[in-house]
Amino acid sequence: MVAGVISRSVEQPPSPSHRPLSRRTALKLGLTGLVGVAVGASTPGVIARLGRPALPRCIFLTADEAALLADMCEQLIPGDDTPGATDAGVVHYIDLQLSGVYRRHQSTYRRGLAAFAQTCRQQHGAAFAELPVARKLEALRALEAGRVPPELWGKPSPQAFFNLVLAHTMQGFYGSPRHGGNRGYASYRMLGLDYPPVTGRNRPPKA
Amino acid sequence: MALPHVNAVVIGAGAGGGVVAKELSEAGFSVVLFERGGWVSFEEHGQDELLNQRTTVLGNAYGPDDRHPRVHESSPGQWSTVQPNEWGYGNNAACVGSGTVSYGAMAWRFLEKDFRMRSTYGAPAGSTLEDWPIAYEDLEPFYEKAEWEVGVSGDMSGNPFIAPRRRPYPMPAFPHYREGRLLEAAARRLGFHPFPIPMLRNSVPYGGRGACIHNRLCCGYACPINAKNGTQNTVIPRALATGHCELRTQAIVAEIVVDDHGRARGVRYFDADDRAQYQTADLVVLSGGANESARLLLNSKSRLFPNGIGNRHDWVGRNLQDHAYSGAWGLFEDEIYDDVGPGATIAISDFNHGNPGVRGGAVLCNEFIRPPYGFTGIRPPGAARWGKAHKEFQRHFYKRSVGVQGPVQEMPMFTARVQVDPVVKDHWGIPVVRLSGNRHPDDVVHGRFLASKAEQWLKEAGAVQTWISLPGLIQRSGQHQAGTCRMGNDPTTSVTDRYGRVHEIDNVYVADGGLHVTNGGFNPVLTIMALGYWVSHHIKSDWKGKLT
Repeated sequence: MVAGVISRSVEQPPSPSHRPLSRRTALKLGLTGLVGVAVGASTPGVIARLGRPALPRCIFLTADEAALLADMCEQLIPGDDTPGATDAGVVHYIDLQLSGVYRRHQSTYRRGLAAFAQTCRQQHGAAFAELPVARKLEALRALEAGRVPPELWGKPSPQAFFNLVLAHTMQGFYGSPRHGGNRGYASYRMLGLDYPPVTGRNRPPKA
Repeated sequence: MALPHVNAVVIGAGAGGGVVAKELSEAGFSVVLFERGGWVSFEEHGQDELLNQRTTVLGNAYGPDDRHPRVHESSPGQWSTVQPNEWGYGNNAACVGSGTVSYGAMAWRFLEKDFRMRSTYGAPAGSTLEDWPIAYEDLEPFYEKAEWEVGVSGDMSGNPFIAPRRRPYPMPAFPHYREGRLLEAAARRLGFHPFPIPMLRNSVPYGGRGACIHNRLCCGYACPINAKNGTQNTVIPRALATGHCELRTQAIVAEIVVDDHGRARGVRYFDADDRAQYQTADLVVLSGGANESARLLLNSKSRLFPNGIGNRHDWVGRNLQDHAYSGAWGLFEDEIYDDVGPGATIAISDFNHGNPGVRGGAVLCNEFIRPPYGFTGIRPPGAARWGKAHKEFQRHFYKRSVGVQGPVQEMPMFTARVQVDPVVKDHWGIPVVRLSGNRHPDDVVHGRFLASKAEQWLKEAGAVQTWISLPGLIQRSGQHQAGTCRMGNDPTTSVTDRYGRVHEIDNVYVADGGLHVTNGGFNPVLTIMALGYWVSHHIKSDWKGKLT
């Protein structure tokens, strides 16, 4: 494992005429989730829009929803000396699927994110993004256990919402990059797996 | 416009149907082989870890699509519509070759006692456990034919529990790699009898195709170099090469048409352009798998068969089985993972029979390589599901985990069943499969015994932490689906005779896992292929001189 190298080597696609925000700038602006989202996409149109950071980069999620979701996902798989959910483009994965095969989960995300945002304000007196990490983890554990103000939650239940986000986060982080997550093979590198496997040239068996 | 009459239609181009199409067309029968899916290739989805036949969160790479919903009883009295990639659907596949395109390709013969479960053990209360009407010896020549015509790599010289066999395998066994060697030594220390898993996969070039290149991901995926042997690259091409067999893909068979004399005349189906068609034939063979073959019989209602073909005594769709998979996981200090696919190489058959307090048992095998997403579901009880602890577990143990699992033989249940739904219809307006019922409670007891043996094996191999995994009680079948068209000598307690011919109708046959009276303690595909040869053999002799 060469973890220290990996976290600094998340590739940015070449974009000569529309240079994206640098990671450092993006971090300062609190936009890492959104930049991760945009960089993960490879269509020229999306990359071109990077020059205009005010535009939402997601297809289904609003900018606010994407920022909250990215923050939640980052707690589920945090970055340390290897990338976490944000750097791996997990929100991009989720947004793409919500516009495709996970269309059926759209209302769960819309209602769940709104209810969770409201829950944080009510239980912690601040937006999720403003909480220190320990309080964020506490808020997520409360969501997972269903310890939330019942009047804010109907369908989905807090547990169902949490479990859906958790499952999708794992998929986006560990699944095949062709679906928009696992950017730069982040999780495969973390596990020390060579990727992509070269078909027909796998190592010979060591009998 | 009427289509030209043929001698036989075979419905479903999977393990059973592919064999039947080849056998009948080589014998000179004119055959139409129907398949609801199409030809598939590795290139479309590659080694996509979220979209294959094993991890289906984004869909099934090898079918079917969402035009094929089903219904299952999600809780007592509650019926839910499910899509093919969702739990509860009981999917296998829908493509030319069906599950044999993407399977793990273990090539087991059942044992002699697997055909005599009731007389060996007695039926537990609440179960329809029964003997098969045929014995291992009846099927032995057909197992051999499957092994040589489809292609199996194996070596049973280290396994004292095998049933008698006349011929060795056509290809040498695969060697054990790092994990297999570790488990082999541990098994010997425990007095077990480890041996290489027989595989429908080329260890050396065979059948005009190359040898396995040991891809990391194999089970759940098509093979990029065609070294895995399914019906799509063996018997089906041979059937087509005879010039007597026409394969119709994207064809949805809706009903078997029966005349006023109680004989099948042919099938109504929808072609690739959704046009209704009628294909007449001398005989009809159902090979759609335990779910879809039962559905087709139940949907074929007529004056003489008001409850569907073969269903006079309400046995069609009953006794749905799969396997009560049980086993254990172990974590190790040292890295075990060596990236040589597909991972599963070693087995023991010490616990298929003769276990105290257990009816039957299972072969125990090491697991196929888990892709990283799949590994997120493999945790000891109480482990963190997320956060820093999750990530550290994943990072530390991905290459230090070993699984041993066994397909525990189930006790058949009359109440675990396939019906046709009274409300929900598919894209073509055909009533869909609806699934309900539970496993027998003894399955979990049996599973616990097998899991304890798996755990013992892992501990001996040096696992520093182990935990067991047990089956749930709900029966929804899946890739090992079986039992719904049970063969038997008594027409009042079975669906077909010992040759797979449906009781009370002399020209409709079943050749798939639906015939299985019991499902053995093994992956069932080689038995399904052998039954394809067995049923074909009897069709050929029955119909000699009678074809139109």
